[in-house]
Amino acid sequence: MNKIMMKGTEAIGEAAIRAGCRLYFGYPITPQSELTEYMARRLPQVEGTFLQAESEVAAVNMIYGASSVGKRVMTSTSSPGFSLMQEGVSYIACAQLPSVFVNVVRGGPGLGDIQPSQGDYFQATKGGGHGDYKLLVLSPSTVQEAADLTGVAFELADKYRNPVLIFADGLLGQMMEPVSFSDKEVSYDNSSWALTGAKNRPARQVTSFNIDPYGLEKMNLELQKKYKLMEENEIRYETTLTEDADILIVAHGTMGRIAKSVVDMARKDGLKVGLFRPITLYPFPYEALRKSAADVSLVLTVEMSSGQMLEDVRLAIAERTRVEFYGRMAGVVPMPLEIYEVLKQKIGRRS
Amino acid sequence: MDYKVAYKMPRSLSGKQFTYCPGCHHGIVHRLIAEIIDELNLREKTIIVAPVGCSVFAYEFFDVDGTVAPHGRAPAVATGMKRARPDLTIFTYQGDGDLAAIGTAEMIHAANRGELITTIFINNAIYGMTGGQMAPTTLLGMKTTTSPYGRKAEKEGYPVHVCEIIKELQGVAFLARTKVTTPRDVMTTKKYIKKAFQAQLKGLGYSLVEVLSTCPTNWGLSPEKAMKWLEDNMTEEFPLGVYVDKVGDAK
Amino acid sequence: MKNAYIEIDKERCKACGLCISACPQGIIRFSSEFNSKGYHPAEPNDPEAKCTGCGFCYMMCPDVCITVYRAVKV
Repeated sequence: MNKIMMKGTEAIGEAAIRAGCRLYFGYPITPQSELTEYMARRLPQVEGTFLQAESEVAAVNMIYGASSVGKRVMTSTSSPGFSLMQEGVSYIACAQLPSVFVNVVRGGPGLGDIQPSQGDYFQATKGGGHGDYKLLVLSPSTVQEAADLTGVAFELADKYRNPVLIFADGLLGQMMEPVSFSDKEVSYDNSSWALTGAKNRPARQVTSFNIDPYGLEKMNLELQKKYKLMEENEIRYETTLTEDADILIVAHGTMGRIAKSVVDMARKDGLKVGLFRPITLYPFPYEALRKSAADVSLVLTVEMSSGQMLEDVRLAIAERTRVEFYGRMAGVVPMPLEIYEVLKQKIGRRS
Repeated sequence: MDYKVAYKMPRSLSGKQFTYCPGCHHGIVHRLIAEIIDELNLREKTIIVAPVGCSVFAYEFFDVDGTVAPHGRAPAVATGMKRARPDLTIFTYQGDGDLAAIGTAEMIHAANRGELITTIFINNAIYGMTGGQMAPTTLLGMKTTTSPYGRKAEKEGYPVHVCEIIKELQGVAFLARTKVTTPRDVMTTKKYIKKAFQAQLKGLGYSLVEVLSTCPTNWGLSPEKAMKWLEDNMTEEFPLGVYVDKVGDAK
Repeated sequence: MKNAYIEIDKERCKACGLCISACPQGIIRFSSEFNSKGYHPAEPNDPEAKCTGCGFCYMMCPDVCITVYRAVKV
């Protein structure tokens, strides 16, 4: 397979097209405008439709519409834009509409800045919108993985009739790496629910609404059943040198790749450090993490946030092992050496 | 003596009893839309995007595929549908809060893009479903639950004239304001709704029909008195007529 | 010999009265009975066969209660 050098955002765009996506509605926002622009260039070339929406609010609703008539569709944005989309995401989740979202996370909160961050973890995994729903969240750490997970995203969106979020960040979005694409397109039959016109069948509705609470409860129980299936079948993670590890670093996305350098440094110094890298942030790999941390004396969670995934790590580990945290917020990216120094300090503090 | 049916329940209505208040004009407009869908033979390829408002259940009353959009977002949902399936006929049905308050941006931009969708806009100068609060189209001096002393221009601004605002947008192919207080008005409104759908079918651009309507419950008037109030007050504030017609009258 | 007549679905009717005001012949009235919603529904009252089948009642009815029949002219 030929590899080409591509920016993370553009690689995601190309991967979406290879996965059969022919509709994109989005709004420019740094640091992901290149994805929007890429789709504007590429979609007409494959007889697809690109439309720049007037806002992220409009964009997410266009996603709702296009998905409700049975077509593969995506949008991309960055943190403040994803906040605007939360109402639409909640509706999409309840209406069970397959759709792919990309959040190239930047420093926040508020207008924030345009540098990389992972501070939208809570928003992504614990529900940024209202109600009892879950997004399936994928966190790639390389441009190649971003491209591969884009195809997975469309497949899982269709399979579960759920919105899927690719949780990237400004660093991954802007960096260029060699990447190759597969043309594998896995699709699912939506003829039982898509709005295609009431021809030769009764009229049907796609709705996130039921004025009868028992009816709405039924809808919610269906969603909960679905999320359980996702938790049983779709967990993804990667472990590096965890079998003999004495210390475990837990990091995802860009921090996962930076943490690999920390593992290398530590191992050179004779420290048995391993890395557990969640790839699905929801469903979170609680069980697998618990197993990987079973024999370690320290778990260090590293994030570009105030400590959001940290809470899921704590849930997984419970009181079994000491869990520590290091992070930078607001768009500042921790460097390997910096993290390693902190790691050594944390080890030294052990009584 | 043999008799034939001159007027009956249109095919494109589901037959479900309307949940609207006695005398509410929603029912009249629903029926007119259904009559047009029947006459233009569109039932099997039409999708309704219902709003948030009294007509949040609108999709239950039509025998067509349907959805309900977040408040104000119907034109964006309709845009997504139409861009994905240009062969389908998509219409939004919206009230004055949905279209002229929270959804103003989505409506103006759909109109500006000349989106091939049709909007039926029910303007009753009040928020019905939520119990009678002020709408952008509420008249000056009108008392509502959130303008209990009467709407004042200095405090709450002026009634919004949707047709006048969007008539200059080049993407608009058919735009009209009407009412349904008399049988003659009902017949005129039906003509306008037909042209609005034809604007979509002929690929001419965005279409919107604004129907001045009564809200007897929240105006605190009987259905008949409400119609009189509309005639006396709303037609002066909101001039009736065709604002844009690129459809024409070709037979 | 009546030229036209109407049927009103009295269960759908909410007694709004718009048909009664619209009828140029004055042949619709409120019933003295209740429907299951608690309204006095509209009912045809046309002993002199004045209905012309104009359809104004149908046009104004917000609940699609009315069906209008016209005689087939031979």
